Amino acid sequence: MTDAVSARERILARVRAAVAGAPEAPAVDRDYRTSHTADDPAAVLGLLHENLADYRAHVHRTAPGGLAALVAERLAERGARSVAVPPGLPDAWLAATDAVRRPDEPRLTPYELDGIDAVVTGCALAIAETGTLVLDGGPGQGRRALTLVPDLHVCVVLAPEQVVASVPLALPLLDPGRPLTWISGPSATSDIELDRVEGVHGPRTLEVILVVSR
Amino acid sequence: MSDKKVRASALDEGRRSGDGRAFVGMPSFPEAAHEAVGDTTLRANLRHATHTIRDKRARAVAELDDWAALREAGKRIKDETLRHLDTHLLRLEAGVTDAGGTVHWAADAAEANRIVADLVRATGETEVVKVKSMATQEIGLNEHLEAEGIAAYETDLAELIVQLGEDRPSHILVPAIHRNRGEIRDIFAEKMGSWGRAAPEGLSDTPAELAEAARLHLREKFLRAKVGISGANFMVAETGTLVVVESEGNGRMCLTLPETLISVVGIEKVVPTWRDLEVFLQTLPRSSTAERMNPYTSMWTGTADEDGPRAFHLVLLDNGRTDALADEVGRQALRCIRCSACLNVCPVYERAGGHAYGSVYPGPIGAILTPQLRGTTSEIDASLPYASSLCGACYEVCPVAIDIPEVLVHLRERVAEEGGKGHRLEKAAIKAASWVLDHPNVLAAGERVASATRKVHPKRLPGPGARQWSDHRDLPELPAEPFRDWWRKNRT
Repeated sequence: MTDAVSARERILARVRAAVAGAPEAPAVDRDYRTSHTADDPAAVLGLLHENLADYRAHVHRTAPGGLAALVAERLAERGARSVAVPPGLPDAWLAATDAVRRPDEPRLTPYELDGIDAVVTGCALAIAETGTLVLDGGPGQGRRALTLVPDLHVCVVLAPEQVVASVPLALPLLDPGRPLTWISGPSATSDIELDRVEGVHGPRTLEVILVVSR
Repeated sequence: MSDKKVRASALDEGRRSGDGRAFVGMPSFPEAAHEAVGDTTLRANLRHATHTIRDKRARAVAELDDWAALREAGKRIKDETLRHLDTHLLRLEAGVTDAGGTVHWAADAAEANRIVADLVRATGETEVVKVKSMATQEIGLNEHLEAEGIAAYETDLAELIVQLGEDRPSHILVPAIHRNRGEIRDIFAEKMGSWGRAAPEGLSDTPAELAEAARLHLREKFLRAKVGISGANFMVAETGTLVVVESEGNGRMCLTLPETLISVVGIEKVVPTWRDLEVFLQTLPRSSTAERMNPYTSMWTGTADEDGPRAFHLVLLDNGRTDALADEVGRQALRCIRCSACLNVCPVYERAGGHAYGSVYPGPIGAILTPQLRGTTSEIDASLPYASSLCGACYEVCPVAIDIPEVLVHLRERVAEEGGKGHRLEKAAIKAASWVLDHPNVLAAGERVASATRKVHPKRLPGPGARQWSDHRDLPELPAEPFRDWWRKNRT
């Protein structure tokens, strides 16, 4: 452990020596935009829809009353016979599907997760300008592996309350103490000739359901 | 032994274990580039890929009308961070520790490799899954682990292509950019079987099928992995949060499924506040993959109950960064967020490819970062500041406004002061040119002769030096008359 302590002290000493006498850096101006979008919930929701779809998420809208039927339809359409269920997911969301429910209590192993067709979750918030869903492991979202290993992710977004316009508006609403996953479309790669291809290790299909309450 | 010597000898070891395949004893940039520009497949692959991404980046950036303000803010945040790096690192250390993580400090490659190997050994495991990380490539971690009997599996698609092909990375973002789809298909078909699950029979060269082959090959490794190794794009001092930005989901697999996570991160990757992410999460994806946002971003603070690894180790790496920090012109290179936009617009990179730079950091940023991290004593490192035409395209696209041409010129001065060879010819040429430019009549006469004789100009230049120059370039076409003559006729 003495070695580690000395490396720490050595690095800090080198850092201090390197900048000793350097002028103070100019103050950070935050004169960039907080949002690039008009402050209109319908426009923000429209932009979220458009940007999610642009990165190959499949986006659907429903009133609260139609949610259970839409979830069931999306699972059936994709041939999902089993669905992982995060703790705290409202029972009503899965009321209409006959897919086998696989609750994550006790914790499913990675191999068990690999044998499950789909997962249904909510989210912490969604960002319109970037087409991003943010999950923070809260109720109805579960731990990170749940939305990673199954090949189909059905994510429910409550509009307008969970939708923000931009990254600068999203960050203050998030708790850095929780593990966060930002999801913008299904997994993808640009590693072959810098051309984007969807579908590598994460879920290859992302279905987003926007529940519009007013 | 002084600190500097300790680091230098450790660096040598790092480089030996690091990329023994070619980086040690690497020829100078002009020699390596000379070979590369003769490779027409490589030139075509690079041209295709860099031009594709170049146009897309421009469109993604144009969507934000406050880009200039975001760029300036990114620059200032990084400058402020570097000015008080000790404070931010200590704050980060406290944040990570409070959240259940353990922080280690590594002054050089050898120290970092030893720390990681010890941590892996303590778990009793003999294999690890890795997320793409420049820092671990820089220190040659995979080779070090291999020597210790630990198999390190790269899981990023491009890194997998490089690892299976026993090749070297040639781009920061897309390490296999020098490979086209046909070459990738051949590597997968031949090599996957000896590393694990073989490629499917009759694999074609469509990117979707290649991605599917990688998915199948790596899935068994992810599911059984007990130890994951990563880098990080950002570390937030205020909260102790690490951020990894990725596309494929291999990052999420490595960060989430294993029981132990080890992240090796350069000390310059810290940002002071949570809010600072609002700048970089807007500028990085657009500069790098030309996306509004990359598919997956993971953020974690220490360890969490019931979610992800139970043990988290952060290894903070110096390895020459404090040398760069001490150089008042050169330290701006430490602002780099590894987006690789500068590579994609660079005319030199496009023709020479990444391997010629002899470092895991190729392209314009590599030309200023490598000589600062490693010093300029070797032939390759002393030649890197010259691997540029100083056109300035790299500076224009840089999302943290690193004035790469300024640093290049500064490093050239340093190399020249150290008395490198090759400066005599340049001096003679400049002397001749200044004489001509000082004598307008001579210049005008020369231009007229050049225009009048343009039908008989050879396609290649004669004479030593000049012939080599035109071996790999086309001569520009001369106009029918010099501009001065045209001006006199039309405007006076």
